[in-house]
Amino acid sequence: MIIPEDHDVAIKVRGVVNAFGDQVVHDGIDLDVKRGEIIGVVGGSGTGKSVLMRSIIGLQKPQAGEIEVFGQDMLGEEAETDPDALDIRRRWGVLFQGGALFSTLTVAENIQVPLREFYPGLDPALRDEIASYKVTLVSLPVEAGPKYPAELSGGMRKRAGLARALALDPALLFLDEPTAGLDPIGAAAFDTLILKLRDTLGLTVFLITHDLDSLYAICDRVAVLADKKIVAVGSIDELMKLDQPWIQEYFNGPRGRAAIDTSRRSGQEQA
Amino acid sequence: MNRGADFTYDSNDGESVIRFSGRMTLARMGDLPQRLAEIGGYDEGADQHGDDADRVSRIDRIDLTDVERVDTVGAWIIYRIKRDYRATIDGGKPEVCKLLGEIEKADKKVRIRPDRSSTLLEMLGTVGKASKVAFQSLIGMVGFFGAMVAAIGGLIRNPRRFRLNAVVQRFEVVGVNALGIIGLMSFLIGIVIAQQGATQLEQFGMEMFTINLVGRSAMRELGVLMTAIMVAGRSGSAFAAQLGTMKLTEEIDAMRTIGVSPMEALVLPRVLAATIMMPLLGFYAGVAAVLGGMMFVWIGLEIPPITYLQRIREVVPMTDVWIGLIKAPVFGLIIGLTGCYQGMQVEANAEEVGLRTTSAVVQGIFMVIVLDAIFAVFFTGLGWK
Repeated sequence: MIIPEDHDVAIKVRGVVNAFGDQVVHDGIDLDVKRGEIIGVVGGSGTGKSVLMRSIIGLQKPQAGEIEVFGQDMLGEEAETDPDALDIRRRWGVLFQGGALFSTLTVAENIQVPLREFYPGLDPALRDEIASYKVTLVSLPVEAGPKYPAELSGGMRKRAGLARALALDPALLFLDEPTAGLDPIGAAAFDTLILKLRDTLGLTVFLITHDLDSLYAICDRVAVLADKKIVAVGSIDELMKLDQPWIQEYFNGPRGRAAIDTSRRSGQEQA
Repeated sequence: MNRGADFTYDSNDGESVIRFSGRMTLARMGDLPQRLAEIGGYDEGADQHGDDADRVSRIDRIDLTDVERVDTVGAWIIYRIKRDYRATIDGGKPEVCKLLGEIEKADKKVRIRPDRSSTLLEMLGTVGKASKVAFQSLIGMVGFFGAMVAAIGGLIRNPRRFRLNAVVQRFEVVGVNALGIIGLMSFLIGIVIAQQGATQLEQFGMEMFTINLVGRSAMRELGVLMTAIMVAGRSGSAFAAQLGTMKLTEEIDAMRTIGVSPMEALVLPRVLAATIMMPLLGFYAGVAAVLGGMMFVWIGLEIPPITYLQRIREVVPMTDVWIGLIKAPVFGLIIGLTGCYQGMQVEANAEEVGLRTTSAVVQGIFMVIVLDAIFAVFFTGLGWK
C-alpha cells in the first residue's frame, strides 16, 4: 500500500460551498486538520461554524467542494454506500451542543448505543464494563451511570455526551461548543479532560468554541471563519500578528486580553 | 500490517505467559473476547465456559511486545487479566502503558440501569403508583379547571387581556379545518345506519322507519359523539403535543417570566375554541349524517328526498336537536381541558410528550362517553324522549 503524501492529514476540506436558499454561508472553505492536533474553529455568530462541522460529518451536503476524512472521499457519488466511507463514520465521535443524549435511556445505556449498533456480537458483560470505564474516563461520578439525562446537570450531560462520542474509541472527535454554558471551573476541568484524552487516546479534535480560555489552554492551532471563508489558520501567536480586523478585535479585545493574561499567569505558575 | 488482535498462551518452567499481538482495537477485536473466555481469560461468568481442565488457573505475565495498537477496549481486556490473575505486564510501547494506567484509574463499577426490586413488589408498586397517578390526575384536572375559571374571571375584570386573535386562529384549526373530514365521516355513518336499519326493518315491512332511525340517532347521539371522538383525536392530541413540546423547550417558563400567563395565552384559546366549535361541528355532523341517510334511502329504498325531508321534520323532535347542542359544548370543554392539562404535565423527555398525548386522547374520549351515558339518562328522565 502506498502511503499517500498527506498521510498525516485527518480532515481535508477544499472549496466547500454551503448555501441556504439565497444566503451563502460558506464560499470556498479550505482547511486541513492534522492528525493528533486539537484545532479550534472560531468565528462570529452565524458564520457557519456548526454548518462546517455538519458538512464534514455528513449531516449537511455542501453545494460544491471536496471533503476527505483520513484520505477517504466523503462527498462523492458512492460515499453513501462505500464500505470504506461507512467505516470512517465509526471512527469519529460527535458531541453536539446540547449533548443530544437519548432521553429515554440511562447514561450508561446511551454509551452502549453505538456499541450495540456497530458491534452487536459483543459480549453483554464486556459491553457493560466498557460503559463503566467510559463513565469514569470522562470523570463522571459512578452514580451518574444509571441516571436519565433529565436528572443530570448541564455539565454532566456534556460529559455523558462526550462518553457516548468516545464509545467506539474514535480517532477523530468533533466538539461543538463543549464548554458553553459551563461555569469557569467546570469549563477548565472539561478542557483538561479533552487534553488528557487527546494525549492518552491519540485523538484528533475538531473543536468549535467561543471560549477564549479554551482556545489558549488546549488548541494547537486555531482556524478563523470570517467573510464566508477560512481567513487564517495558525497558533494564536501567529494569528495575533495578522492584520485582519476581525482577528485583531477578537484576540485583542478586552476579553481576549484577559484570556491571554490568565494563560500567561498559569504558565508562570507551572514554570 | 493490519493484523487483527490475537493471543497465545504458554505455560512452562512454572511460569504462565499470555502473549497478545496485532491491533487490540474494538474494530479488530474479532472473537478474541470469546476465545479468552474459553480459557478463562477473565472470570466474568467463567463457570459457564468449557471444562475446568481447559481453563487456566494462573497467568503470571502478560507480554505485549507484538501489540501494534491498543484502544481503550483492548486496554480494558488486558487490564482485566492483570487484575484478575495479578499478572505483571511486559513489553508494550509507552503509549500502551499510558493508556493502561488511565484505564486502571477508571476501573469503578458503574450500574447500567436503576435498581429493580423483586417482581411481586414491583407489581404491587406499579399498581400503587398507577392508582396514585389516576387519583392525582383527577384532582389535578379539577384544579386545572379551577385555575382556568379563575383566569376567565381575571379576563372579565380586565377584558383587554383577552386574546381574540389567538382564539380565532384556534377556531380555524379546530373547527374550519375539520369540516372536510367530519362531514365525510358523518355522511358515511348516515349511509351505514340507513343501510343496516333498512335491512332489519324490511323484515317487518317498515322501511319507512329507517328515516326515524337515521334522523333521531344522528341528531341526538351519533352526530355529536362521533364529532367528539374526531375532535379528541384531531385537536385534543394536538393540544397535548403542542403544550408538551413548549414545556420541554422551556417556552412556557419563558412566557411566565415575561409576565404572560400561559393559562390566558395558550390554554384558554384552545379550550374556548373546542367548546365553541363542538356544537357547530356536532350540528353539522348531524346534518351530514341525515344527508347520507337521504342518499341511501333515495337510491336503495326509492323514497324521494322531498318525502324524506318531510318525514324527518315530522319524526325528529326539536328536543333531539337541543340535546345534541347542549351536550356538544360540554364534550368540547372536556376534550380541550384534558388535552391542555396533559400537555402542561409534561416534565422530562420526548417520550413523555407521546405518553401524555395518548392519555389526552384516551381520557378525553372515555370521559365523553361516560358523560354521554349520564346525559342519556338525564334527558330521558326529563321527559325528552
